[in-house]
Amino acid sequence: MKQFFPRCGGQRLFVLLLAASSFGPAYAQSSGDAAFLTSLGTLCNASFEEKGKIVEQVAQSGYPSTQPVLAAFLDDRVYCRNQDQKVFLIKPGLEDSPTVNLIDPATLKGAGTASADDVTRVVTNNHLRRVLQTILARFGLSSAKASVRLQAVKDIERDLNEGNVQLLRERSSQETNSRVKKEIAIGLALADLDGPDTQARLAAISTLKGSMRQDVLNKLQSLVEKSSDGTFAEADEHVRKAATAAIKSIESWRSFYSGVQTVLFGLSLGSILVLIAIGLGITFGVMGVINMAHGELMMLGAYATYVVQMAMPGYIGSSILVAVPVAFLVSGLMGILIERTVIRFLYGRPLETLLATFGVSLILQQLVRTTFTALNREVKTPDWMSGTLQLNDVLSITYNRLYILIFTLLVFAALLMVLKKTRIGLEIRAVAQNRAMAKAMGVRSEWVDAITFGLGSGVAGIAGVALSQVTNVNANLGQAYIIDAFMVVVFGGVGSLWGAMVAGLLMGVVDQLLQPYAGAVLAKIFVLIALILFIQARPRGLFPATGRAAESQ
Amino acid sequence: MRGRSITTGMLLLTMALAFSRSAHGQSDTIKVGVLHSLSGTMAISETTLKDTILMMIDEQNKKGGLLGKKLEPVVVDPASNWPLFAEKAQELLEKDKVAVVFGCWTSVSRKSVLPVFEKDNGLLFYPVQYEGEESSKNVIYTGAAPNQQAIPAVDYLMKEVGVKRWVLEGTDYVYPRTTNKILEAYLHAKGVKAEDISINYTPFGYSDWQARVAAIKKFGSAGKKTAVVSTINGDANVPFYKELANQKISAEDIPVVAFSVGEEELSGLDAKPLVGHLAAWNYFESINTPANKAFIAQWHTFIKNPKRTTNDPMEAHYIGFNLWVKAVQKAGTTDVDKVIAALPGLETPNLTGGIAKVLPNHHITKPVYIGEVRADGQFDVVWKTSTTVPGQAWSAYLPADKNIVADWVSLKCGNYNTATKKCSGQNYK
Repeated sequence: MKQFFPRCGGQRLFVLLLAASSFGPAYAQSSGDAAFLTSLGTLCNASFEEKGKIVEQVAQSGYPSTQPVLAAFLDDRVYCRNQDQKVFLIKPGLEDSPTVNLIDPATLKGAGTASADDVTRVVTNNHLRRVLQTILARFGLSSAKASVRLQAVKDIERDLNEGNVQLLRERSSQETNSRVKKEIAIGLALADLDGPDTQARLAAISTLKGSMRQDVLNKLQSLVEKSSDGTFAEADEHVRKAATAAIKSIESWRSFYSGVQTVLFGLSLGSILVLIAIGLGITFGVMGVINMAHGELMMLGAYATYVVQMAMPGYIGSSILVAVPVAFLVSGLMGILIERTVIRFLYGRPLETLLATFGVSLILQQLVRTTFTALNREVKTPDWMSGTLQLNDVLSITYNRLYILIFTLLVFAALLMVLKKTRIGLEIRAVAQNRAMAKAMGVRSEWVDAITFGLGSGVAGIAGVALSQVTNVNANLGQAYIIDAFMVVVFGGVGSLWGAMVAGLLMGVVDQLLQPYAGAVLAKIFVLIALILFIQARPRGLFPATGRAAESQ
Repeated sequence: MRGRSITTGMLLLTMALAFSRSAHGQSDTIKVGVLHSLSGTMAISETTLKDTILMMIDEQNKKGGLLGKKLEPVVVDPASNWPLFAEKAQELLEKDKVAVVFGCWTSVSRKSVLPVFEKDNGLLFYPVQYEGEESSKNVIYTGAAPNQQAIPAVDYLMKEVGVKRWVLEGTDYVYPRTTNKILEAYLHAKGVKAEDISINYTPFGYSDWQARVAAIKKFGSAGKKTAVVSTINGDANVPFYKELANQKISAEDIPVVAFSVGEEELSGLDAKPLVGHLAAWNYFESINTPANKAFIAQWHTFIKNPKRTTNDPMEAHYIGFNLWVKAVQKAGTTDVDKVIAALPGLETPNLTGGIAKVLPNHHITKPVYIGEVRADGQFDVVWKTSTTVPGQAWSAYLPADKNIVADWVSLKCGNYNTATKKCSGQNYK
């Protein structure tokens, strides 16, 4: 649940509030006191509708503890004591314990403890929480933190009644932060649109023109909409004209950015495709081995992430980073094991390799099922990977996708470096191009085979770490992605890492472009059909490469 | 030579096993079949139901069994494989000769076993909410029909929350498609325009939700209150809710009401970003009644884990099992025909209050609750029906089914057309 007020700032806040409020005389204080407590007391058996009214009454009582009490209510920490139907707050963090520490709502001092069975929580619903948020936002306007103030302004904008607009106006003159100031200006402009002053309305429209928000757009559109009796909501023609122009400008910006957004989505989907395909690009593309267990090597990577998280429970944030090398090692070693025990006996016999590795994939799946059970394992998303990067009012990308996109580029660059700049990379390429010649030059081709396969498998493991953040971790994880991986490699051109990169991103973008019109299932089918047609025209894919697989064709 | 002796040995062993099994089960026990996937994609949900039935059998045996005999569970694993459901059902009915079967979760598995139950005249208690449009002589539907879950949920959103625009988001198979067909017809009947309804399907296990959730966000920002009615099934829910949280779609803005997400599904998820999203069920673990408290305590003792949750299909099995016990006691035998004849009209209390009564259409009466997700993964009930709602096999909102009724007491038909006065005779289509 959102917490709008840092607990430490609370105290200072009521002092401010007391000073600012007009409850000067003592008798007003005591009557407010009584109103506050009676209002609260009726919460115990109230319906949701009644609770909303009580909350309004409490908010208007001006009592010093109003803000913390309402914040606690939003936080699900307001309880009724069963025996006397009195309302208490309980200490945060103890909601699930068998005994709870009660806090008196009037004095905010401890009021003893109670067994969890003797108190009943006062239940909230979505509407009530919205009411609470808007009320609490009024307090939030004077918070010391700009982010709290910004959120408060946004919350207040949802309910632009006279009192709230007045609050915004007052704040506007004191506000120093430019973002908050801008937000307040939008809020006030939205309110001005309903005002009687034509000039103010025109000014409001010119303020709003720069915004790309949907609610601003809706508001402007409602001005120029013709109602059934032929009149407009906005009487003045100049204002209507200005509004129409503003709508046009906002709409064109919005559609531009939503196009950018679709491409971003496509790139993020594509980056996952690239990540799962580049490992295969090595084993299938460079070595020519059809490894049906490739998906299971990704699955092992995902489970490695899970195990690493279990091993370091206090460090979820860094566990993902630790998981990357661990997953690389686990899947890489498993890959070498598969190569040494199965695949090396089957070089040059693709059909048997396919069947044998399919068998290996089943064994690995069952192994994981017996070790970890058939249930999904929850891999936690670290805080730094959750949430959204809001670039502007239209354009946003979730952090987990953004990091996966960056991660894919890093892995790709690292892999290119290994293949192009290191000795082992040179040997891998030599064996792939001409095994006999490489052998003659003193390259231990068998050893290179094992290392190549291990490298490809290790990259699959790394892909598994990324997948654990976007999908469910279970024994079937690999199967869901293996087909996609093969599609990308075939499309990109067998043996070409750049091909896999371009193909993966392209397929992602095309898929996302089609999805709004065709739906998820049909979009995928269209991509597949397009791919089949493309392969008919260019059997060697986008970037035909030289290599063992190319030679044998 | 060696190979043959091994074969002979195996044969003897099998015979011995088969013999001992039949000898054991001859007269002193009543066999109860349990047909739930213990492996594969549905294991996550169905294993719990298997354990529920084992717990109920255990308790009944402690009370002295039934008709003076002990109950003996026969557990088989159809492994989330729909054709295997039919095979295992046949095995239970023909080989083990069970008196009753408790089983199935997905509609496709139920459709797969239906012909078997009708051919072998078995009795199946089906515990999960489903799309309706079915009534078989051999099945008692203890889960909710659409009018006991989907329709009340939409009513709640429309009347109490003031929702004007609807996203019907589902997994691509029979239950979501049929349910959404009914809901669409219902919404149109209530005056919702076609442009205010968006229907979308994604495959099982879908995980790339970013574009879909962004589209929902966009659809929901047109100035009218919008809600998502989710019939997304299985583990695709986890990435869906994660994406909702990531894109900061709060329940106060666009509430999501789910028909397949309960306590069990949320237990593997961080529920804090989901607070306020809704679920419609006929049971919630958080409902505070003495019967429910006792059931939860019994479950925790049986499963030896105080953290395990209870859920709606578990209650359906609890009701189904109690109904079957009552029917057997009333009929004085486990003979399927007599038990089926005894069932309509029988009553047993729900865990959350009210009475479950078997109706002539083989559905039961159920209370309907709408719950909002709490930060701890439980639900707060925010709305409930004032009385129990009788289950309707055939939806009144689909033009094709308007005249169809199911009645196994007077009409002896699951698919009777009141206009043509004909029983079409097909029970499982």
